[in-house]
Amino acid sequence: MKPVKTIGCDEALKHLLEYLDQELGAAKHREVEHHIEVCRSCFSRTEFEQRLKNRLRDAGRESSGESFEERIKTLLRRF
Amino acid sequence: MDREWFEGRVIGLLDELLGAALRLAKNRHDAEDLVAETVTKAWANRRSLKDAERFRPWIFRILTNAFLSECRKRAARPTADVAVDDAGETDASFSLFEELHQPFLLWWSNPEKEFLNKLLREDLERAVDALPETFRTVVVLAELEGLAYGEIAGILGVPVGTVRSRLARARGQLQKALWVHAQEAGLTRPARKPVEVSHEASEDDRV
Repeated sequence: MKPVKTIGCDEALKHLLEYLDQELGAAKHREVEHHIEVCRSCFSRTEFEQRLKNRLRDAGRESSGESFEERIKTLLRRF
Repeated sequence: MDREWFEGRVIGLLDELLGAALRLAKNRHDAEDLVAETVTKAWANRRSLKDAERFRPWIFRILTNAFLSECRKRAARPTADVAVDDAGETDASFSLFEELHQPFLLWWSNPEKEFLNKLLREDLERAVDALPETFRTVVVLAELEGLAYGEIAGILGVPVGTVRSRLARARGQLQKALWVHAQEAGLTRPARKPVEVSHEASEDDRV
């Protein structure tokens, strides 16, 4: 495996959200990951963005409740 | 695909489908109708699902298309959405962390963490709901439902690069809205200036 290219904060932050989304190519992913491991400031930023993402993900779940689930089950029984 | 398998998958995803529908339609009544329409369309088009492992992105594609098609029917697209791909360029660089972070505070004080602890689910919902439809759709698919950029591009019929740029701007707008709300609701502490050390001699120093 090639040694990881060292990148600065600007480059790491530019790709941070795509890094958290697992959308970077393998080489760029390793570069950002390596930078975060050695940079306290970017580590804090990464932690914050990940926690905010988790909170948003939680907000994407809405309890359907018994009556709505029953409505969908009734619909499905007609298929 | 048999009906029992289909029902199991739909019921298993019901909270996620309703959550996405609620953020897209912005009210519970329309969201429930949207999910019901999605389930009906999914069953009618079940043969178009070639790989059972892809059920989740497949049904979210149907949900999103049903929502967008309803918007077009009602001609309810906000006019601000028309040129959305050219707008909001500056928002892409907005960082909530940069606004909250106070590097001169002592290590045990963490305003970013305090902010997230105080942030309510309804604050996030309000911020998502305030996004223009084009940005809201991409945030719902990427952030709330965790779909890959390629899957979102397929759902929206746009290139992956467009998904990337829309998402960057949508996130910037979302973070800016959260920052404005945080200030209004007093969720942030006022920025404390570092203690200034005077280099001028005080009265006592003068001999």
